[in-house]
Amino acid sequence: MSHAEGSYYLPEPSHWPLVGSIGLFLATGGFAYALTYGVDGALGNMTVSYIGLAIIIFMLFGWFGTVIKESMAGKYDSQVDSSFRMGMIWFILSEVMFFAAFFGALYYMRNFSVPWLGGEGNNAMTNAILHEGFQAVWPTNGPGNVGGDYEPMPATGLPLWNTIILLTSGATLTWAHHALKAGKNSQLVLGLFLTVVLGILFLSFQIYEYGHAYNDLNLKLTTGAYGTTFFMLTGFHGFHVFVGATMLVIMLFRAMKGHFTAEHHFAFEASAWYWHFVDVVWLGLFIFVYWLI
Amino acid sequence: MSASHITKKLSVLLGLLLVPGIALADYALNMTQGVTEISKDIYDLHQLVMWICTVAGILVFTVMIYSLINHRKSKGAVAAQFHESATVEVVWTVIPLVILVAIAVPATGVLLDIEDPSKSDVTIQVTGWQWKWQYNYRDEDLSFFSNLSSDSNEARQLGADPSLMAKADNYLLNVDKPIVVPVNKKVRLLITSNDVIHAWWVPEFAVKRDAVPGFINESHFTATKTGIYRGQCAELCGKDHGFMPIVVKVVEQAEYNNWLKTEKAAIAAAAGDSNKTFSHDELMAKGEAVYKANCAACHQADGSGGGPFPGLVGSKLVTTGSIEDHLKLIIAGKGIMPPFGAQLSDADIAAVTTYERNAWGNNTGDTVQPAAAKAAR
Amino acid sequence: MSDHPTGIKRWLFTTNHKDIGTMYLWFAFTMLFVGGAMAMVIRAELFEPGMQVVNPNFFNMMTTLHGLIMVFGAIMPAMVGFANWQVPLMIGAPDMALPRMNNWSFWILPFAAIMLVAPMFMGGDFMDGQGPAFGWTFYEPLSGQYDKLAFFIFAVHLLGFSSIMGAINIIATILNMRAPGMTLMKMPLFVWTWLITAFLLIAVMPVLAGVVTMMLTDKYFGTSFFDAAGGGDPVLFQHVFWFFGHPEVYIMILPAFGIVSQIIPTFARKPLFGYASMVYATAAIAFLSFIVWAHHMFTVGMPAAGELYFMYATVMIAVPTAVKVFNWTATMWKGSMTFEVPMLWAIAFVFLFTIGGFTGLMLGVVPVDFQYHDTYFVVAHFHYVLVTGALFAIIGGVYYWMPKWTGNMFDITLAKWHFWVSTISVNILFFPQHFLGLAGMPRRIPDYALQFAEFNQISSIGAFIFGGTQLLFLYIIIKCIKGGDKVSDEVWEDAKGLEWEVPSPAPYHTHVTPPTVK
Repeated sequence: MSHAEGSYYLPEPSHWPLVGSIGLFLATGGFAYALTYGVDGALGNMTVSYIGLAIIIFMLFGWFGTVIKESMAGKYDSQVDSSFRMGMIWFILSEVMFFAAFFGALYYMRNFSVPWLGGEGNNAMTNAILHEGFQAVWPTNGPGNVGGDYEPMPATGLPLWNTIILLTSGATLTWAHHALKAGKNSQLVLGLFLTVVLGILFLSFQIYEYGHAYNDLNLKLTTGAYGTTFFMLTGFHGFHVFVGATMLVIMLFRAMKGHFTAEHHFAFEASAWYWHFVDVVWLGLFIFVYWLI
Repeated sequence: MSASHITKKLSVLLGLLLVPGIALADYALNMTQGVTEISKDIYDLHQLVMWICTVAGILVFTVMIYSLINHRKSKGAVAAQFHESATVEVVWTVIPLVILVAIAVPATGVLLDIEDPSKSDVTIQVTGWQWKWQYNYRDEDLSFFSNLSSDSNEARQLGADPSLMAKADNYLLNVDKPIVVPVNKKVRLLITSNDVIHAWWVPEFAVKRDAVPGFINESHFTATKTGIYRGQCAELCGKDHGFMPIVVKVVEQAEYNNWLKTEKAAIAAAAGDSNKTFSHDELMAKGEAVYKANCAACHQADGSGGGPFPGLVGSKLVTTGSIEDHLKLIIAGKGIMPPFGAQLSDADIAAVTTYERNAWGNNTGDTVQPAAAKAAR
Repeated sequence: MSDHPTGIKRWLFTTNHKDIGTMYLWFAFTMLFVGGAMAMVIRAELFEPGMQVVNPNFFNMMTTLHGLIMVFGAIMPAMVGFANWQVPLMIGAPDMALPRMNNWSFWILPFAAIMLVAPMFMGGDFMDGQGPAFGWTFYEPLSGQYDKLAFFIFAVHLLGFSSIMGAINIIATILNMRAPGMTLMKMPLFVWTWLITAFLLIAVMPVLAGVVTMMLTDKYFGTSFFDAAGGGDPVLFQHVFWFFGHPEVYIMILPAFGIVSQIIPTFARKPLFGYASMVYATAAIAFLSFIVWAHHMFTVGMPAAGELYFMYATVMIAVPTAVKVFNWTATMWKGSMTFEVPMLWAIAFVFLFTIGGFTGLMLGVVPVDFQYHDTYFVVAHFHYVLVTGALFAIIGGVYYWMPKWTGNMFDITLAKWHFWVSTISVNILFFPQHFLGLAGMPRRIPDYALQFAEFNQISSIGAFIFGGTQLLFLYIIIKCIKGGDKVSDEVWEDAKGLEWEVPSPAPYHTHVTPPTVK
């Protein structure tokens, strides 16, 4: 309504949040329905969920579109900019904590539950009576040999290449950032383009790796503790790479349209922070999921 | 414990005022002292902490009440304007710290006693099931299930005649088959579960330990007095969480030995039943008893089922399905139905199968013998 | 005349912190009655031994949904409602930092609530209890047996998403939108407690999202997080859950501390004693909340060293909590007190929360916790801290600020009745539960042995009175909104703070030009 006369920009009422809520409700509710009412373990009807997803994507375009328009119209002062920055920083922290839960689960399994099943600590009888003969080693698919015999994923080879790819992409993105601050738009576009290409390469390698795991190693999501932590951690990371790459693609288009100036480019920075966060999570993954086995 | 006397009187008074006419029997206002060294230690620790809290509470509340009475505007109090004092802050940070140390030291000692299961005389593996307990005397080759006693089970049905509760022996705290242990002997418990998490709790022994599927938690007690001690499952484990009590009979060693002998003889006799052939009526009678004790909790006494539990009246498997599939389902379970193979004898399984196929108008006319159950395992 | 949009669109699309605060508060109030109705079913079933009202599964569903709705639907949204209304007013900001996201945070909630309760009405006989029935702590593997688990999981995801966005908004507002001169150490204590609470939310709500995601994949996609056969552990669930769960209880109580710390100085006519130490104590409590989680699970069979560590860390919380109680007492000491309605609730809070604090300390001592754990002693403890703690502070806060929001004074006589009947009945309701727990009555059972009958009956009577009295609260609020004696800008004699410098009722936009704080 902007009866507000102060300097801080107060937006008009907006329908986008409600659209987003409806989208989320349909996407999750539809998925829950499909999970609950599938026949013989198969997924049920996902139509509602897909409609919800489409609404969410529609909302994202609409909402961010509005924000970009407002930004380009110069409505945001440095205080608004600062609110956005805080929003992004704390959002990334919440993502860190989400990953922390899964890293925590990995830590717990490797250091507590698996050794206990093997009879360590105050669990001698656990092993002797319930899981006789089970040896606590990592990786493992547990005393039930859940998912059947498998081979673990070695750290050398693809994962190592992926580490190099992701680290390089961090460097190209930083290069793009410097170019932006120096006002060199063509270098910015090139840097962003390279980063996106590296991101896509990373994802392609990961998809290949999953195929290899499923087809050649019999390593699956259902392969006990190891399969569970391996796929959940790398899978959520991969999803975040996808999201980060999508953000960078949008930044690439905006950079080509000349949206960013050396002073005002919060959207670029937010995407860059996100990309670096995804980068750091990968390092944790590479060490704890691939390397230390 | 004069204060607890006063509270007791006060609450009885309160009870009288509020609900005249109810019987004021069996009031328990405080934790039991129990019948083991550890339960007594825990009781003492509880008293210590409770009294520290009570005294601290009285001191703080006295100051507050004094202030509320005297520092009110209507009495002409003028507000002082002090609003900080580092000294005071330090003092009232340190005092609670000292008190906490005074609590933590004895607590540590008691805990270390509790967590020492070594040098035991009897070892019992306790397995929680939805919704019953299984006891396995590890050194004696003796294993059995312990269910809520049938009189309590009838009385606890929704809308049951309320007089049944008074008639039931120790309503909800009695089982069909208690465990028996010798007095003054250290009993080691190996606690685990077959399905979800339960918790084995007998207040008089101060043993409460979760039964976690896939893991064994150890605990122990040494009862110093003979008698019957009762407890309940203490971890929400589903629909009938409130209906899986624990009863422990503590007896003299000689009586314990006798009990063991009788139990083992009974098991040997039951094993013989596997090879017997029973009449249809015998099986129906036995089957009804087995059904009530094991199946009625979910499928209902009239076989109507409810919620996620399918009805058995006219059910496809029970009426037209093959006997073998029927037996296998009972033995191995499926989904949320637990496997009954371990807890029921061949004769029990044969009887209950016969019963289900003929009761409530199912009338298949089938008679299933123990040999068929044995073969289906 | 009207300076704001009207009709349904005003509420659906609003970006105004006051409108959003109002919606949060009404949502919370609605949920309070929904959760309260479930509590009435629970207490009706427990009124007498034997099963009279509902079957055991329905009873379990009631305890489960009662807990979840009160925690996520009533207490937390009410606190966020206060933050929305009061934080911008108290720090001199024109609105929340991210107004559109603020709207989204709210409008996810009704959908999440629908997702949570919808399974109650899906499939099968309603009276068999089709909804979640595994306790508000939804321990695995019991929760994994539930056939409509996915709805529950996504409801929790949505709630978490809403809370995280709300928390981000509050942090950005407090750190970025303060009026000139409003330094951090000049902020009202309510703002401080919410700042710290928001950090807790950001840190732990994603962990909750993580643990329900693990449940999802365990049930539907064959992972082994909580299955020993695959190398997992059901107890892992409890560790992750309580890593969220323990800070969660402080998320509910810290803003309550903040409200009480606003009310007491006003009516004692004396500045809050030990402002700085209150801030530090709040921060200390928040920090400790991250390292004590396993005291909720002393009976799961942890190694003794773990039990000892968690005991020592837990009892440490008594120190900063005691400091707070001492500071409130010292604030009242040598004040010039009057006992207006908000002050009554605040004083009741200090007394009754302290009782809950003491039982909390008792529960922290491992060996005795083996006897208390999962009994009615625990139920009594957390209802003292959450009902006579958090809820009493919320009610006190409503009475404190409602005249500013509406411009009208509420009916003081009725409000005093509301206070006295609630305070007496809530003790009849929860105090006997201490005895029940000590006498050995487990929690979450629909029926009990005959020796527990009397105290249960007393407790149920207290519950019916307490529950019914809250209808009076609803009446008082509606009456106050519709009219009443006009109040001054200051509302309460000598009330200090920026919120008392704007007109009553607070106009749609306030602090449009930032005030200057001396």
